[in-house]
Amino acid sequence: MSATATTGIDRIAQAFTASAKQAALMPYLMGGYPTLAESVRIGEACVGAGADLLELGVPYSDPLADGPVIHEAGTRALAAGASIAGVLEVARALSPSAPVVLMCYANMVFAPGAEEFVERLAQTGASGLIVPDLPFEEAPAVLAACDAKGIALVPLVAPTTPPERLAQIGRRARGFLYTVSVVGTTGERAALADRFADIVAHAKASTEVPVALGFGISTPAHAAQAAQAGADGVIVGTRLVRAAGESSDPSRAVGEVVAELAAALRGRPASGVDGLL
Amino acid sequence: MSTVEHRFGRYGGQYVPETLMPALTELELAWAQAREDPAYRAQLDGLLRDFAGRPTPLYRAVRLSERLGRSIYLKREDLNHTGSHKLNNALGQALLAKRMGKQRIIAETGAGQHGVATATVCALLDLECVIYMGSEDTRRQAPNVQRMELLGAHVQAVDAGARTLKEATSAAIRDWVTNVGDTHYVIGSVVGPAPYPALVRDLQRVIGDEARAQILEREERLPGRVVACVGGGSNALGIFTAFLDDAQVELIGVEAGGEGIDTSRHGAPLTVGGRAGVLHGALSAVMQDEEGQIVEAYSISAGLDYPGTGPQHAYLRDSGRARYEAVTDRKALAAFREVARLEGIIPALETAHALAWTLARSDGDLDLVCLSGRGDKDLAEVLAQ
Repeated sequence: MSATATTGIDRIAQAFTASAKQAALMPYLMGGYPTLAESVRIGEACVGAGADLLELGVPYSDPLADGPVIHEAGTRALAAGASIAGVLEVARALSPSAPVVLMCYANMVFAPGAEEFVERLAQTGASGLIVPDLPFEEAPAVLAACDAKGIALVPLVAPTTPPERLAQIGRRARGFLYTVSVVGTTGERAALADRFADIVAHAKASTEVPVALGFGISTPAHAAQAAQAGADGVIVGTRLVRAAGESSDPSRAVGEVVAELAAALRGRPASGVDGLL
Repeated sequence: MSTVEHRFGRYGGQYVPETLMPALTELELAWAQAREDPAYRAQLDGLLRDFAGRPTPLYRAVRLSERLGRSIYLKREDLNHTGSHKLNNALGQALLAKRMGKQRIIAETGAGQHGVATATVCALLDLECVIYMGSEDTRRQAPNVQRMELLGAHVQAVDAGARTLKEATSAAIRDWVTNVGDTHYVIGSVVGPAPYPALVRDLQRVIGDEARAQILEREERLPGRVVACVGGGSNALGIFTAFLDDAQVELIGVEAGGEGIDTSRHGAPLTVGGRAGVLHGALSAVMQDEEGQIVEAYSISAGLDYPGTGPQHAYLRDSGRARYEAVTDRKALAAFREVARLEGIIPALETAHALAWTLARSDGDLDLVCLSGRGDKDLAEVLAQ
């Protein structure tokens, strides 16, 4: 990244338009899992395998939006000594390679105060912030702090979000609209791909920013279906966190899965692992 | 239609995943309508009277009063059906769920009192019921697990974290995020995202409304102090609410001091103070570290073993209207035994904290203590000490 006035919001926008795939690919990794150093290697492996953006999770004691795999990874990262300072160093290390969007629960943003938190985040070169337990009614202070630093405060919408509310959220979206594809927490499940088109169409009608689909997307086939449904981006988390946890060489294991997802988004089915579950 | 509060001063709010926001809006609207609907009110009042056994007695504790040289009155929520105040809230919320067309009920429980109350109401109203309970609590409150299962509920043990109330609550919220369409979450205390703190307070204020009328009839005066234990704080807010405008009545909330508030082993976020934080959807007093990680609480009493508290309590503390102090495990255990022998009442370990506070005071003239629940469930834990 150049030292010019390119903001995080700009970098995210460029990543979506520059992606040669049918949809931009955004892998999620849990900061500090299995270690902080390995997180950096995992993030680099993701970018090497075709990731356009990176979502970096901050481990938290009470992650209400997360299913058991990511919850457990966060618990282990905390037990291994991961701290917010450590995860921000991961963001600093990865930001030159791809726009990094930090995923962090509200209480950790409030702990030092929103302005101070965003200031520290901006200093790492990170581009965006997702706070999964901060609906727009509670977000004004964090949004103002992010806007002041050019950091994209990325909001979430869910299948339960009614139309008027979707429009309110879409208007305030920065970076992209994180569109939750299933009613539930994060996790691998057979998301109903035939609902993707509807969900994506509604989301896109509500906002000017790209629409990225996440939660419940775990296979190359799912990723391709999300792209075909019109999603501008695809977020895959739990599948990758599981890969990191199951392998003695986490960055290689995660990189392999990301490569398969990227291939599917280029329209080339990866061998062997395709098909709906 | 009157509004349901979202904030108490700066505390409260709705810090939850977006998936739940429409359900909270639906619940708030349903509550605003139900609480002013005479048909709902009549149905709830009928069940409170005939099923729960309300009004509960106000009892002048004769030997305690003699011992302390002042009048001690006990509001006997232990005589409410299922043995605690928790039924008041469970009945009201389950009737509300019926109105909303939700057939599946989930709840969290610590000591098991709220789980038993919810399981009871689900049996009564023919609702499916899943209770989340930390596996440490299923161990120390085994009789309540058996009661819930007998009543037809499924008890889901939660193994995360310290395996107590905080994790049970998180697991219940995750279930709700996943099944929000057909499920109502009967939260058990004045905690959680709006409208829950106001909803649960509205349903528990019957404790104080009754007690205030009863004490005026008996003594022709108001109490000098109203004392109640505080975990999430529903029995305390339930009895405090009727006295909020009586400026001469002191309101005392008693938190779990555990091994002492100068150690890290306690459950007293209001007493200790410190930066406010978000837990389970609300900004309130909370036990947390520098970075905002929630830390584990500790108390011998499962119902007070919780690092957060209701947002209205944080507001009442800051405004000076209520005062919060902590009582250690050791003192609560001593009060548990003393009240059993002096009054023939075995209080819940949670309640024993409020009794211990009162027993330790030599001043005052008329204390009203909320006897929030009975202690049968605690016998194994106490006898093992």
